[in-house]
Amino acid sequence: MIKAILIFNNHGKPRLIRFYQYFAEDMQQQIIRETFHLVSKRDDNVCNFLEGGSLIGGSDYKLIYRHYATLYFVFCVDSSESELGILDLIQVFVETLDKCFENVCELDLIFHMDKVHYILQEVVMGGMVLETNMNEIVAQVELQNRMEKSEGGLSGAPARAVSAVKNMNLPEIPRNINIGDINIKVPSLSPF
Amino acid sequence: MALKIVKGSIDRMFDKNLQDLVRGIRNHKEDEAKYISTCIDEIKQELKQDNIAVKANAVCKLTYLQMLGYDVSWAAFNIVEVMSSSKFTFKRIGYLAASQCFHEGTDVIMLTTNQIRKDLSSPNQYDTGVALTGLSCFVTPDLARDLANDIMTLMSHTKPYIRKKAVLIMYKVFLKYPESLRPAFPRLKEKLEDPDPGVQSAAVNVICELARRNPKNYLSLAPLFFKLMTSSTNNWVLIKIIKLFGALTPLEPRLGKKLIEPLTNLIHSTSAMSLLYECVNTVIAVLISLSSGMPNHSASIQLCVQKLRILIEDSDQNLKYLGLLAMSKILKTHPKSVQSHKDLILQCLDDKDESIRLRALDLLYGMVSKKNLMEIVKKLMLHVDKAEGTTYRDELLTKIIDICSQSNYQYITNFEWYISILVELTRLEGTRHGHLIASQMLDVAIRVKAIRGFAVAQMATLLDNAHLLTGNTQRNGICEVLYAAAWICGEFSEHLEDPMQTLEAMLRPKVATLPGHIQAVYVQNAAKLFATVLQKHEGETDSQAAQETSQLLIDRLPLFVQSANLEVQERASCILQLVKYIQKLQQKNVEVAEEVTALFAGELNPVAPKAQKKVPIPEGLDLDAWINEPPSESESEDEKPKAVFAKEEPKHYRSRNTEVDEKELARRREVRKQEQANNPFYIKASPSSQKVYDAPGVEHIPVVQIDLSVPLKVPGMPMSDQYLKLEEERQQKEKAERKKKEKKKKREKRGKGRKADSGPESEEDITPAQHVDIVTEEMPENALPSDDDDKDPNDPHRALDIDLDKPLADSEKLPVRTHRPEVLKSPAEDRVSESVPPETKKKSSKEKKEKKKDKEKDRKRSKEEKKKKKKHKEVEEELLESQPEEPVQSEETKEAAAPPTSTSAEASDLDFWLSSAPVPPAAQEVTVPSSAVETSSAAVPESEPDEPKDTEPEDTKSSKHKKKKQKKEKEEKEKKKKKRHHHHHHHGEAGGEDSVQNGTVEEEEPLPPMSNYSVLAENSFIKMVYDIQGNHQDESKVVVSIIFENKSDSFLKSMEFNVLDSLNSKLQRPEGAGPHDGLTVPFQLPPGVSNEARFVFSVQSIVMPQKLKGTLTFIVKSDESSTHEKLDFKLHFTCTSYLITTPCYSDAYAKLLESGDLKGSSLRLEGINMPFHHLLARICFHHHFSVVERIDSCASMYSRSIQGHHVCLLVKTSDQTVSIDAKCDEPSLLGNVLDELKQTFSKC
Repeated sequence: MIKAILIFNNHGKPRLIRFYQYFAEDMQQQIIRETFHLVSKRDDNVCNFLEGGSLIGGSDYKLIYRHYATLYFVFCVDSSESELGILDLIQVFVETLDKCFENVCELDLIFHMDKVHYILQEVVMGGMVLETNMNEIVAQVELQNRMEKSEGGLSGAPARAVSAVKNMNLPEIPRNINIGDINIKVPSLSPF
Repeated sequence: MALKIVKGSIDRMFDKNLQDLVRGIRNHKEDEAKYISTCIDEIKQELKQDNIAVKANAVCKLTYLQMLGYDVSWAAFNIVEVMSSSKFTFKRIGYLAASQCFHEGTDVIMLTTNQIRKDLSSPNQYDTGVALTGLSCFVTPDLARDLANDIMTLMSHTKPYIRKKAVLIMYKVFLKYPESLRPAFPRLKEKLEDPDPGVQSAAVNVICELARRNPKNYLSLAPLFFKLMTSSTNNWVLIKIIKLFGALTPLEPRLGKKLIEPLTNLIHSTSAMSLLYECVNTVIAVLISLSSGMPNHSASIQLCVQKLRILIEDSDQNLKYLGLLAMSKILKTHPKSVQSHKDLILQCLDDKDESIRLRALDLLYGMVSKKNLMEIVKKLMLHVDKAEGTTYRDELLTKIIDICSQSNYQYITNFEWYISILVELTRLEGTRHGHLIASQMLDVAIRVKAIRGFAVAQMATLLDNAHLLTGNTQRNGICEVLYAAAWICGEFSEHLEDPMQTLEAMLRPKVATLPGHIQAVYVQNAAKLFATVLQKHEGETDSQAAQETSQLLIDRLPLFVQSANLEVQERASCILQLVKYIQKLQQKNVEVAEEVTALFAGELNPVAPKAQKKVPIPEGLDLDAWINEPPSESESEDEKPKAVFAKEEPKHYRSRNTEVDEKELARRREVRKQEQANNPFYIKASPSSQKVYDAPGVEHIPVVQIDLSVPLKVPGMPMSDQYLKLEEERQQKEKAERKKKEKKKKREKRGKGRKADSGPESEEDITPAQHVDIVTEEMPENALPSDDDDKDPNDPHRALDIDLDKPLADSEKLPVRTHRPEVLKSPAEDRVSESVPPETKKKSSKEKKEKKKDKEKDRKRSKEEKKKKKKHKEVEEELLESQPEEPVQSEETKEAAAPPTSTSAEASDLDFWLSSAPVPPAAQEVTVPSSAVETSSAAVPESEPDEPKDTEPEDTKSSKHKKKKQKKEKEEKEKKKKKRHHHHHHHGEAGGEDSVQNGTVEEEEPLPPMSNYSVLAENSFIKMVYDIQGNHQDESKVVVSIIFENKSDSFLKSMEFNVLDSLNSKLQRPEGAGPHDGLTVPFQLPPGVSNEARFVFSVQSIVMPQKLKGTLTFIVKSDESSTHEKLDFKLHFTCTSYLITTPCYSDAYAKLLESGDLKGSSLRLEGINMPFHHLLARICFHHHFSVVERIDSCASMYSRSIQGHHVCLLVKTSDQTVSIDAKCDEPSLLGNVLDELKQTFSKC
C-alpha cells in the first residue's frame, strides 16, 4: 500500500499532496516539512530509499523518492510494495506528466494542481497501484479531458477566452525550465 | 431564466480561477497569509451563489488552499453540492476536493450515500470512475456497508476501466466492512482470470494485500497463483505474486519446494532487477521455511547470496541498499553463508550513504561470533569517533550495545573488555542513550559476578571524574551513567579498593547539580559505602578514622537535606539522623559497623522483565472487587483535598520506582525471603547460580592469565584496545596449551539463555577469560507460559481474518440496495412493509454498537426472509440458485444451492496440487474429478473440517481409481457425516448463533446448548419438531418450521401436512386449493434422515395463544410393502412466537417507557439458580427478546410483536429470586407472554 504521495520543490514548497490515510491539515504540513528535511539533505548519488520519518509510517514504511531538477517526488509505502517497482512507478508517473503537459515543468504543476491530481488518480487509487501502462493512463486522461471540453460547450467559451488572455501576459513563466532529465532509469529495469 | 445563466457565466469570467489564485499568492510573497484570507472570504461569497460553476470553481481553489495547510472542512457541504452536479467537469472537482479533505469524522459523508450510488450506476463510465476514485479515499464503515453490493456489481462491469477500479476499491470496503469479504470473495477470485490485464493486476493486488495480513486463509489460492506466475508476463503482477508466495511459504513448506524451481528459472532469465530482487527475496523466504527439513538447498542459498553480492557491489546505491536488506533476511537462518561476505559488509560501513550504513549495521548484528566480536566492535568504535551527526552516532551506539548484549551476552568472552567499551562510550557527547549504557553497566555488574571487582573499580574512577561527564550541560544524557556507577559502587562496595575516596567523590557539592533521581541514588549508596568504610576501620580498630567518616557525612549531607527533590530530601534526612546516632554511639566507643552493614545486607537477583506480568492471579482473588465500598458521591466531595494528595503520591512513586528503588526492592526482597524461609509451604529456589559459581573446574579457567595490573585508566583514554591484543595472546596461548595436553575439557553450560552449539565449531575452543556466571533472571512460580500480547488489537486487518473456503451461509450476503437496510420488502407478496420501529430509524447516528446490532439483526432476519428477498437483486443469483416460488421451502434446496467451493474440495485440491508431480496443468486436470466427487455430497460441507486433512488426498485418489470397495466405505462415511450434520443443525447453529446475537455471552461461562424446537408429535415412524417465528414484514404472518425425522428403517414418502384452520389462524395454501386441502411436503425421507419444511400461517389477533389441530399423512414404503400412516398433532402458537427479536437502544428505550402508553405487570420467580447471563440468554432465546442494557444483576430487555406491540422487561435477580417488571401496550398479550416466561423457567 502507498500511504502518501508528496511532490515538493527544492525549497520544500508542496506542489501536490495526496494522503491515503487521514491526517489533519497541520499534521500534513508537518509531515511535508519533515520529509523535505530528510530528503533534501541527501546527495543525488545516494540511494533513493529512506527509512524513518517518525511522523508518517513506522518501521514497516519506507520513503521512496526521486529527484528531478527542481522537484522531489516522494512516495511513502509499506513493505508490500516492491521498492524498485515504486521507483519505476514514479518514473512512469513523471513520464505521463511529461506527455500530458507536453514537456512538463514545475510551473505546470504549480498552476494545474488539479490536473496533476486527475492524472495521479489514473495511476494510483486509494493507495493501490491502478495502472502502470503509460499509454493506457494517457488515453484515459485525454478521454476525460475531451469530455470536459465537450461539456463546457458554449457556456464555457467566454471563461476560456478570458483565461487565455490572462495567460498571454505571463512573461514571468519561462517555459524552458523543464523537469530535467527524466530519462534517468534504474539500470536494466525493463519497463512495465 | 436564460438570461440568468448568461449573466452567471459572464460574472464567472471575472471570478478568480485556480490559476489566478496561484498567481496572486505568488505575487504576494510578503503578505501571503493576508492575501489568502481575503481569497477565502471571496470563496465564501462564491459558495453562497446558486451557480454551480461558480461553486465548483471555489471548491477547486479550496483544494489548492488545503494543500497549503488550510483547513477547509467548513466547506464540506458545498463540496457535496459540487459532487452532485450532473456535469462531469464539476463532479470531478467535487470528488477531488472530497478525497482530499473528507475523513471518517466528516459528518456530511452521511449525505453522500445516495449520490455516490447514483454515480456508480451512471451510464457514463467516467462518472462511475470518478466516484470510485473518490470513494476509495473517504470510504467509511457506513458507506462500505451501504455500497458494497453496488461495487460488487461493478466488478462485472463491461468496461475494464470500471472493473479494475471496482476490484481495487473492494479492498477498502473489506477493511471498513469485513462482513463483505466472504460474499464478495468468489467474484474477486474470478477476476484473477479476467481477460483484461489491468483488472487481473488489480485483483492480484487486492488479494496480495489481504493475504499479507492473514496468509493462512489464502493458501488454497496457491495453485491459481502458481498458474498466473508461470503464465503472466506483467512484471508488476509477477512481483506481487512472488511477494505473496513469500508470505505463504512459511505456512506450507511443500509450497516452497514447488516454488524453488520456477523462481530459480526466473532469477536466471529475467532482465528486470525489480523482479530478480523479489525472486531472491521469496527464495530466501522459502529457504527459511525449509531450513529445518531440507538441508540440501545449499545451491539455492549460494545462488541467492551470489546474486545479492552482485547487487551490493553494484554502483547503483539502490541495488546496494536492497542487496543488504535481503542479505539480512538470509542471515537469520543461514548466518554462515553471509559471514563469508564480511569484508563486503564492513566496506559498506564506510559508505557515504547513511541508509546503506544503517543496513550494514543491521547485518553486523548477525555476523558477530566469539572470535570476531572484539574486532567488529573496535571498528564500530572507530566509526563512533568519526561520525558527525548525532543520529547516526546514536544508532552506532545502540548497535554496539545490541551486538554485544545479544542472546544473553552470548559472544562476549571477556567482560572486562565490555565494561571498558561501555566506559569509553560514556565519552560520547550529547548522546541520548546514557540510560542505555547505564542499564548495561548495571546488568553486567549484577549478573556477571566475576566482573564485579573490575566493574566497581571502573565505576569508582567514573565517579571520581564525574565532572568530565557533567561539565557540559549539553552532555546531560550521559550523566545517567553516574546513576549506574553510584549504585554499583554502593552495592558492591566490598570490592572497592579505597571506599573512602569514592565516598568523598559521591558527596561532593557538585553532585547537587545532577538530576534528582541520580542524587537519590548517590545519597542512598553513600550510606552503603559508609557502612563498608565503618566496617573496614573497625576491623583495623581505627576508631579515629571511623569517626572522621561519620563527621564527613554529617558535614555533607545537609546539602541534600535541602534538596527540592522529595526523594533526595527524604533519604538524606533519614540517613543524616542515622549517622548522627551512629556518631553518638561511636563516641561511646560502641562497635556499630556490624549493625550498620546489616541495614544493607542481602544479595540481589535480577528479575526477568516480564516477571511481574506473569505472576498468576491466585485463585479466589477478585482484583475488581472493592476492598471498601466506595463512598457515596456526596461524601467524596468533602474528601477532595485528601484525594488530591493520594493521587499525587503514586505519581511520584512511579517516576522513582523503575530507577531509584532498586535498593528498596532489594530490601523488600530480603524481607520476603525471610518470610518465605519461615513459611513451611514455600518451596525455596535452589541456589543454582551460586552452585555454578563454586563448581569445581572454575579454578581451571584461566582467570589469572589476565594481568589485572591493567591500569585503572582515567576515562578519556581508550583502553579497550589492549583487550583485543590480550585476547589474541590468550587464545594463542590456550591453543598451544591445549595442544600439549590434548585434553578436552568439556565446557559446562552456563546460563539458561545460552545455546551451547550455536556458533561455528571453531568457536567452541574459545574459553572466556572470566568465568561468566550469568545469573538467570527470576520468574515467579507458576508463571503463565504464554504471552500473546504482541498483537495489536486495533489492527483493522484482524477483522479480515476470515475463513474464505467455507461455503457461504445463507445469512451472509451484502445488504441489498434499499432505502433503509432494515426494512426488507417482500416483493413476492407485494406488500408495503410497515415502518421500522422509531428507534431503529435513526441508526445512521454513529456508535458502532448500533451498527453491529443492525448487522446482526439483518443476518438473523435474512434467514427467514431469504426466500422472499431472493428475487430481489443480482447478488442472489450468485448465492442461491432459483427456488420454487411457493411459500413452502425446503432446507434441502437451500443447501444444494450453496456455492460449489466446498472446503473439502479446496483442501484436497491444494493437498493434491502440493503433493503431486510438479507439472501444474496435469495436476489441475486431475483434481477435477475429485472435486466433482466431493460436490456430489454437497450437503455435508459443515461437518467437513472435523475430518483429518491427511485422509483427503487418499480418498480422492482412491475414488479416481474406482476401487469399488473403497467407494463403498466412502459412502458409509458420508452417511455418517450427514447424520452428524443434522444434529449440528438444531443445536449448534440455531442455539449458538442466537445466543451470541443477544450479546449476553461475553466472557462468562458458556451457555448450555439451547433449542427452540419443541416436539410436535412423534410415533414409531416419524418425529416432528417445530418452531414458530414471525417477521416484521408482515403483521399477520408467522412461519412454522417443522423438522421431520424418519425414525424407521423404511422410506417415507407422499407426506401431506394439514391443519384445521381456526377463525383466527389459517394455513396459507397455494391459490386454487380448497380451505381444507393438505399441503404436500416437498421431500421424501430415506431411513434415518431428517429434513425441514416451512409453512406459513396467517393470524389475525396475536394477543392470545392458539392451538391448531392437524394431521400428517404419509406412506411408509419398505422392501415388501407400503402402508398409509397418519399422525395427529397440535400446533401451539404461543404469544412468544409472535415476538421478534428487535434491538433497541437505551435512549429510545427510555423514551418509550417515559411515553406512558405502556401498561405494566410483574412476575416473580422463585428458586431460579442459574447464572444471570444464562437467565437472560434463555429469555432472549426462547422469547425473542434482546438485552437493551445490563448492569450487574439487572437488565432491561425489549421485544416487539409482529403487529408492532412494544414489550419491555426489567429483569432483576437476587438469591434465586427473579423479579420481572414488564410493560406493554397490550395488557393481554403481556399477561400471556409473562405466563409463558413463567412456564419456561418452571421447566428448569
